[in-house]
Amino acid sequence: MTSRLIGKTPSRRSVLTGMAAGAGALAVPSFFPGYTHAQSSEPIRLGFQLHRTGIGASYGRWYERTATAALNVLNEAGGINGRPVEILFEDDGTDPARGAEVFGKLATQSNCDLVFGALFSHVVVGTAPRAAELKVPYLVCSEGHHVASGMLNRWTLQPGITDVKSQVQSMAPWVTQNLGKKVTMIFPDYAFGHDHRDFFTAAVAAQGGEVIKHIAIPPTETSFTRYFPQIPSDTEVLYHVMVGPAVLTFVKELGEFYGSGDRPQIFGFIDSLEAVDIASPGLEFLEGTHFWEGHPRYKQADASEHEVFYRAAVGVDDNGASVTDPADIATYAHMFSTWETLFVIKAAMEAAGYQGPADRQKLVEAIEAMTDFAESREHPQGAKTFNGKTHQAFGHQSISQVQGGKLIRVHQTSLEDGYYPDEVDYTTQSF
Amino acid sequence: MSFGPFLLLALMEGMVTSAVLALAAVGLSLVFGIMRVVNVAHGEFFMLGAVSAWFVSQWVPGPPAVAFAAALVLCPLFVGAIAALADMTVLKRLNYEPEATIVATIGLLYILQQAALSFYGPDARPVPAPFSFRVQLPWFGYSGYKMAVVLASALVLLGVWRLLAKSRVGLIMRATQYDRETARAFGINVDRVYAGVFALGGGLAALAAVLIVPIQQAHYLMGTEPLLLSFIVVIIGGLGSLRGTVIAALLIGLSDGVISTFFAPTLAKIVATLAVALVLVFRPQGLFGRRAL
Repeated sequence: MTSRLIGKTPSRRSVLTGMAAGAGALAVPSFFPGYTHAQSSEPIRLGFQLHRTGIGASYGRWYERTATAALNVLNEAGGINGRPVEILFEDDGTDPARGAEVFGKLATQSNCDLVFGALFSHVVVGTAPRAAELKVPYLVCSEGHHVASGMLNRWTLQPGITDVKSQVQSMAPWVTQNLGKKVTMIFPDYAFGHDHRDFFTAAVAAQGGEVIKHIAIPPTETSFTRYFPQIPSDTEVLYHVMVGPAVLTFVKELGEFYGSGDRPQIFGFIDSLEAVDIASPGLEFLEGTHFWEGHPRYKQADASEHEVFYRAAVGVDDNGASVTDPADIATYAHMFSTWETLFVIKAAMEAAGYQGPADRQKLVEAIEAMTDFAESREHPQGAKTFNGKTHQAFGHQSISQVQGGKLIRVHQTSLEDGYYPDEVDYTTQSF
Repeated sequence: MSFGPFLLLALMEGMVTSAVLALAAVGLSLVFGIMRVVNVAHGEFFMLGAVSAWFVSQWVPGPPAVAFAAALVLCPLFVGAIAALADMTVLKRLNYEPEATIVATIGLLYILQQAALSFYGPDARPVPAPFSFRVQLPWFGYSGYKMAVVLASALVLLGVWRLLAKSRVGLIMRATQYDRETARAFGINVDRVYAGVFALGGGLAALAAVLIVPIQQAHYLMGTEPLLLSFIVVIIGGLGSLRGTVIAALLIGLSDGVISTFFAPTLAKIVATLAVALVLVFRPQGLFGRRAL
């Protein structure tokens, strides 16, 4: 029985007939160009690699809200090329292996035109090779220097947020001139933290300062007091950047450690406090300390109309919390990147005359051709330039001080402060 | 910082680690000692304790101290009830066969972890400490609450020891541990003892978590580390030995504090793991365990 079903050798005639039918079917659309046009009223499907669970969950929650808000604005204004846009969110568990799987699922099973939204650098580094294999554009929001360093590939771009190298280099002069020249750094012991270590150390040295101690902390660490005695007593500035679910513990224990005694100036990346209320008990010692912010959490006195519009659209109040729950603090300094990336996608698709997956290469080329983004509703964080060769955006950074329990911007860097020589030219690489 | 204060801080940190470790590991050790069950889901009972403490802190009004006191009582009971349920519905049906119970508790680990993810969410949430005063030493400040954790843990361990050594319940438990069949012949309801022991083990893990959660925050993935450390402690101390567990917890906690402060936390983990390997090679029953028959 089985042998009869599968064992029959096909005759020469049946094979030829089948081949002819197949070739005919493939050829048909080209005879009816109108058909492909009709297809293009289909919605554009964008995949979003979301850190919904795992150590990046608090970012994921707000990235989803921000991207959804941007999507509503986009669709109300007519979508992209007149086509409606959909975003498919898929949880990657903030895990590199899962990230690559999610990318494959979004690109092949869900037929997304591209994938965007990943923040954590280990996920980005783990996923990017898959983007090159599948030849699907991958627009990351990760801050890591791995895009501009040339470590990744032509299909991976970062148009929505600046990278760590640019951030720390642009702020180092202010830190050394206003806070002190002997710096101790505390950072997470993986790619993102290493970017901080390498580039801030170099940037401080260029300013005539010195990083006298590096303290690397494993990203899964839950207790921090034991690291603090390593801070040399002649430290003038303590530079901290932490990520993950234990950030509140980190800042609290830092406060306990110094207590009411002498302490150095403290300059932190807001990452150490993203999604955490500055008014939490135990954080009083932060008063007067400084933070980097990609985008000021508290609405500043000079906020632009675009910033006000963006804040309202996402549903964030003047203190950086959800309008429906004041205890739900946003990851405000980073999440603008998903909003801005979506509007870069819109501009690029329209410039490329994007029709469908066959135009993915044209889409990458269209982004590479971009040079600057004006401050606007599409770019509420501020004006940016884009380097098509290194696939990296450059923007303004804010240094804020905790004053009366709120973060008030005391300095904003210029675009030029963050420029550095190109380390790669992706446009010379093949697709 | 000079050597003296440095060492003091290292020892204080080590004591806190030891205290929590002893509480968490003693439950694991008890369950193995009496039931011969290697409970891989033990870390998740710890996590459930912390997560339920967060819920209690949200529901109970008034100052944080009231909510914390409520959590100290309610969370171990709640987690103990879940553990008893798991024992009666799963482990008992497997006749406590070692291989089967390991696989079953691995399954339980995932069920509890994913349940916490579904009902509690993926975020780390802080639980306010019942009191917050800082001890300001000349060289550094230290959390007064952490010192209280050490004290509380010592009291609880004393209580567990009294329960096992001096009470009728403890006598029944020890009888069951010594010889299950004979205990049954003397009219002891072994099923109930087992359910009770499993509940006690889970409850102790939950209690440790309630104590630690104002320091650490509740998170659905927080159970992994206590599980590994608890295993390290009970293997070194001897599975089933209360005294061994406490001494091993002190040993591991203090060495962790000192090594990770003076050198690196990763080195502390390496040393602890090496100690486990050496104990397994040269004294498989642990420092205070009895040789298996």
